[in-house]
This record gives sequence, C-alpha cells and structure tokens, in this order.
Amino acid sequence: MELDPLVLSRIQFAFVVSFHAIFPVFTIGLASYIALLQGLFFKTQNPAWDRLALFWTKVFAVVFGMGVVSGVVMSFQFGTNWSNFSLAASNFIGPVLSYEVVTAFFLEAAFLGILLFGRGKVPQGIHLMAATIVAIGTFISAFWILSANSWMHTPAGVELIDNRFHVTSWREAIFNPSFPYRFSHMAIASFITGGFVVAGVSAWFLLRGRDPEANRRALSMCLWLLLFLTPLQAVVGDFHGVNTLEYQPTKVAAIEGHWETATNVPLLLFALPDQEAQENRFAVGIPNLASLILTHSIDGEIPGISEAPPEEQPPVMIVFWAFRVMVGIGLLMIATAFTGLILRRKDRIYENRLFLKTLVGMISLPFIAVLAGWIVTESGRAPWLVYGIMSHADGITPSLTGWMALFTLIGYVLVYAVVFYAGVYYLTRVVRNGMLPAHEHASVDRDADRPKRPLSAAHTPFDDDVDPVRS
Amino acid sequence: METFDLSIIWAVIIGFSVIMYVLMDGFDLGLGILFPFAPDEDARDVMMNSVAPVWDGNETWLVLGGAGLLAAFPLVYSIFLPALYIGVFLMLAGLIFRGVAFELRFKSRRNRHWWNRAFSWGSAIAAFAQGVVVGAYIQGFQTEDFVYTGGAFDWLTPFTVVTGLGLMAGYALLGSTWLILKSEGHIQDWAYKITPMLLGIVLVVFAIVSIWTPFVNQVVWERWFGNLRLIWIFPAMALFFAFLVFRSVKQRRESYPFLATIGIYVFTYLGLIVSQWPMIVPPNYTLWDAASAPGSQLFLLIGMLFVIPVILMYTAWTYWVFRGKVRVGEGYH
Repeated sequence: MELDPLVLSRIQFAFVVSFHAIFPVFTIGLASYIALLQGLFFKTQNPAWDRLALFWTKVFAVVFGMGVVSGVVMSFQFGTNWSNFSLAASNFIGPVLSYEVVTAFFLEAAFLGILLFGRGKVPQGIHLMAATIVAIGTFISAFWILSANSWMHTPAGVELIDNRFHVTSWREAIFNPSFPYRFSHMAIASFITGGFVVAGVSAWFLLRGRDPEANRRALSMCLWLLLFLTPLQAVVGDFHGVNTLEYQPTKVAAIEGHWETATNVPLLLFALPDQEAQENRFAVGIPNLASLILTHSIDGEIPGISEAPPEEQPPVMIVFWAFRVMVGIGLLMIATAFTGLILRRKDRIYENRLFLKTLVGMISLPFIAVLAGWIVTESGRAPWLVYGIMSHADGITPSLTGWMALFTLIGYVLVYAVVFYAGVYYLTRVVRNGMLPAHEHASVDRDADRPKRPLSAAHTPFDDDVDPVRS
Repeated sequence: METFDLSIIWAVIIGFSVIMYVLMDGFDLGLGILFPFAPDEDARDVMMNSVAPVWDGNETWLVLGGAGLLAAFPLVYSIFLPALYIGVFLMLAGLIFRGVAFELRFKSRRNRHWWNRAFSWGSAIAAFAQGVVVGAYIQGFQTEDFVYTGGAFDWLTPFTVVTGLGLMAGYALLGSTWLILKSEGHIQDWAYKITPMLLGIVLVVFAIVSIWTPFVNQVVWERWFGNLRLIWIFPAMALFFAFLVFRSVKQRRESYPFLATIGIYVFTYLGLIVSQWPMIVPPNYTLWDAASAPGSQLFLLIGMLFVIPVILMYTAWTYWVFRGKVRVGEGYH
C-alpha cells in the first residue's frame, strides 16, 4: 500500500486539533460560569456560591492545563506538515496566532494566578475581577484562533504576490466575512458545553444526595441558560449556514447532499452519498424544506455539488453525516432543555431520577457535537486550505514522505492516549472529591502553587493509597 | 520609509528568547537527566522541588520564540521544522511526558516510580533533540527556492549526535550547579562531586565540536580563520568561565558555579551566532531573506513590547519569591 503523506497529514492535523479543541471548548464556557458564581457570591454572600466556584475552579485548572499541553503541539504542526502553507500565509497567520500566545501569557502571568490561588488572600472584589478578566481572556484567545481559521475559509484583506500573501487591510483580514458567524457559533457552543457539563455533574451529585443546596442552584441555573442558548444556537447556526452558502456553496451542497443545482430542494434526513456515481442512494427527505431553510423561500434555488468539478469536491459522505450528528445532538439538547422547563413544576427537576440520569449521560454529547461541527466545516472546504486559492496539496511540506507522517501520527496518538488517560482519570477524582470544605481535604501536595502550573490548583491526590477524604 | 530595521529588532527578540529558554529550561531538563543518578529519593524530592515553581514558566520562552519565528522569520519556521521533522516530534513527546510526569509525581505515591522514569527519559530525549538542532544549524540545510529539499534524517549525523550528547552534558552541568545553589548537606555534596566531571565532559565535547565545525561548514571555516581575529574572544571567554566553574566548585562557593556556567553558555552562544551571521538558515538564506513583510513584523512587535516586560517582571518576581534553599521533606507552600 502506498502511504500518502497528504492523507496522513490531514488525519494527523484533524486528530491533534480535535484532541486539543475539547479542552478550550469547555474552559471558555466554564471560565464565564466561574466568574458568574464569584459575582453571585460577591453580591449575596451566600457560601453555596463560593463552594461551587471553588469546586469548578479546580476542574478548570486541570482542564486548562491539559489544553495548554496539547496546544503546544498545535503551534508546531503548521511548520512540520504544512510548511508551504505556513510560508505563504505567514504574513497574516503568523502575527494573528502569535497574538493568541501573547494574550494567554498576559493572563497566566497576572490574573490566572489570582483566580486559582488568591481565594482568601486577596479582597473578594479583586478575586471577582480576576475571574472576570480570565473569562474575557479566554474569549480573546478564541477570537485570534477563529480569526485565523475563518480567514482560511473566507480569505480577505490580502493580495498574493510571488506565492506569498501580503496583508493590505488588517481590519478586513481579521474580521473576514465568515468570522462573526463562526465566532458567535463557537462562543455559544462553549457556553452550551459548559452548561451541560455543569448540569450533568450537578445531577450526578444530586443522585447521590451530596450537597443538595449548592447543586440544586447550579442545576437550575444551567437549565435556564440552556433553555435560552440551545434554541439561539440553532438560529445562529442557520445564519452561519446562509453565510456559508454565499462563500462556500459546495460545502452547503455537500451538507444537504444535493448533487445537482435545483429549486424546491427537499431536506434529506437520510441518504448514502456515492461520490463515484455523483448521486445518493436511499434518499429520504422532506419536500422543499432545504430551500426554505437556506434561502428562506419555499422554491429557492440551491447550487449542487456538481457545480464544482469532481477533483474540487469535498468528501460528501463525511460532511453529510457529520452535519446530521451535530444537528441531531443539537435537537436533543433543545428537547432536554425544554423537558427541564416542564419538570420545574413542583421542583421535579431535582428529584426525577430519569431526568437526572439523562443529564449525566449527556455530558459527552456537546463535545461530540462540537467535533462533528468542525468536521463539517473543515472537511467541507476540501480540497482547499485557503479557500479557492491554495489547496491541501499545495500547502503540504514538500519533503514529507508517507512513512514520516505515519510515524508521527502513531506517535501523537500514543502520547495523547497516555496524557488523556491520566488527565481524565485525575479529573474524575477531582470531581468525585466534590465540594468538600477545604479543611477536610488531605492534601498530598508539597509543591508550589503557580499559575503557570494550573494543575497545582487541584490539590487532589492521583492514586488511592493516600485517602483523599481523611476526616 | 523604514527608519529602523525591524528584522534586526526581531532577530534580537528571538535570539534573546532562545538563550533565555536554553538557560532556564536547561537547568530543569538537566535535573531530569541527573535524576536516575541521584543518591536517594530525598535528593530527587529536593531536585524536583527546586524547580517546581519555575519550570513551566521556563518553557514560556520556547513558545514565545516559536510563535515569533512564524510571524517574523517564517522561512526559518518552514525550513527547520520539516528538516527536523522526526526530531521535533521526539522533543515534543519528551517535553509533554516530562511535564505530565512533573505534575502527577507530586500527587502520587504508588505510581511514583513510573512518573520518575517518564520525567528522566522525557528530559533526556528533549535535551538530546535540542542539541541535535544546534548541530543541524551548524551543518546547514539543503534547500532550493525557499523550500527544504533534504531527507528525513539529514539532521542525524555523527556530528549532530555529538552536539546532542554535548547539550545533554551541558544541561546536566546547569542542573548540578543549580542544585549546588538550592540544596545543602549530602545532596549538595553530591552536586559538588559530579560538577567537575560534567564540566570535563562539556569541555571535551566543546573541543570536538570546535575542531569539527570548520570541516562541516566552509563558511564557518573562513569566518574563524579569515581576517576577523576578534572573534576568538568568545571561545576564550567561554573557557575562562569554565575555569571559574572549576575553581568555585573547589572553593565550595554556592552561587558562583551556576553563574559561571551561565557565562559559558552565553559566550558559546554568541560564538555560534557570529560564526553564521547574518545567515539564519545556513548556508543559503540571511535573516532578511527569511523575514516576513515589514507590516506583519510591526503588527506583532507592538504586542511583544507589552508582553515581554510583563513576562520578565513575572519571572523575576517568581524567582525572588522562591529564593533560598530547598530542604528535605519540605516543599514550597
């Protein structure tokens, strides 16, 4: 079998970036939640808010640490596997990605430390301010990364001279056409992810009758938030789709599974797209609905995949089904949020065990939805790296051979398997320890609390021989 | 319209980041390399505790230098990383295992020996890979039309293996002199004992590399044996500092060995830079060839001028807070 460095590099990038994305997606939402909890504590002085904030700050510390570790690898991927792209696009993506690093360093040096270790040592107001700035900072980080990514989808503000992009307008390049939609969609996704994780963990505690006062408050808050955000996300997603239709019509055609340009297009619920034959098998759909959703008119015309020549078409099967996974989970989330609203009568959300168990089971779903969404948008632009200008094949490192790419792909999978296993195992322990008052913790830490080492804020032993609950 | 040369400013920033990284991550990687040879588990605890508050901040400079390269000298980024492909992976894997081991060793009893192993192996591999990068930089890269055209293992030659082992010894020396500074009693005795030996290895490698380099790279040969006699001051100063290390260890002075080791590094580094200057991707491209557009360099420079002072202040403050000796059975709280 011939090893194709292009395919292997794409798999490697997809793997590394997916693995990394899990962490920031969660921490962005969680940071805002912690700031909110600190704010509520500051205002009401109710210790339940403080307990919740302390607990979630520990979780935040571990997840943030794992995000940083996996992020370091990302910053080398562009050069190792996509050196032609890096060189060509460096005038824009270089400074933009570096600004993300600059933002992160500012945060770590000053405010993360106060958030993680300042409890009881600095005035409450300062602590609240640090939490707020960390929350804002996570958005600024996301801002830069999504700007670079969006620019690759909808390049703007640059001109190509001698195979190098030169920035003609920083404003147009940074705020490129797809950026506002991608950023809003992703920001809401982060809040929803944080909301479902907090709701799920609170439900897990409630099922065991642990700290019901604080966990009821947390669950109730999350469900209000989700009731508002899950439908909003559907609306924002729709706007994002309309924007994509304008700039990347082939991607939308692949999402819908429509090969030929047509009017009165049905919304396909099920199909097996056949790339070779350029048609679907077993298509089941609702008449006219796709036209209505995308053009907001019942007989709107939607361009088909075949508008692009076969070598410029994305892998339709992947895009089509990843989109359905994302939307399917989204609908499930909306249904869950509304079920929560109904169960609020007579406080059944806190007692209905089936509902609580469902929430526990849903902890992993927002992550799957986010990854599926990224697969849609990234596979959907294939074969383009910089849309319409530079293809994956143009951007790859010329000296890269198949076995080199295979070697590092296997290597990263192994490294991340160990890191992920250790990290998730440790995170589970932090969560199981729960919201114990600080003096009931037996800390095995003998190390220094530094914001550059967020894990040191968790204060939880890694293995069983030190009893975590020595009371 | 250019009133000052942005590429020079960026070369200074990145050059500064690199030496900061080498010095600061150097001593904690060095402790990782010395880890398996430590006299007992107490010594290992002290070694770890002595770098615990600072090690992660030390790697800040690696990320800063890497990100800065993509923005300011993208050609370096897009030639070095493909050329060193496998080596970069090994370095990253080493640094990740080491980082995770560092954090989880503290929180673990039963599994501690596994984290010990991950810590020392990760440190050793990362140090070796970085030494190989230095060797590969001296060797130069096969390029054509701004693209790397060499093979997967051009970076792995007898010469680069020597520089790799050399940097391992050099980091171990930084580690042992750091330990002299931060420990006491039998642990400090051990550090005093191994330092001259490590210094000896470093000097041997130093000599081998110095003699070998002109044969590996013609440009370097001309630079050293041409008209520029002043250049010999750098190796002379490095040797002088090596002598200081040796003497201060003999006199059992606590802080001099570490400071003098820094001197060895600084002058070796400067010597390395002047042998290639202004080539940044030897043998074909200068730093001006490798530069990004001036507008892009300027755009990021503004952010850097804010963040670098903050990082320096934060770093200085951290080292100040955690100054002094680390004792057995006692960590920082």
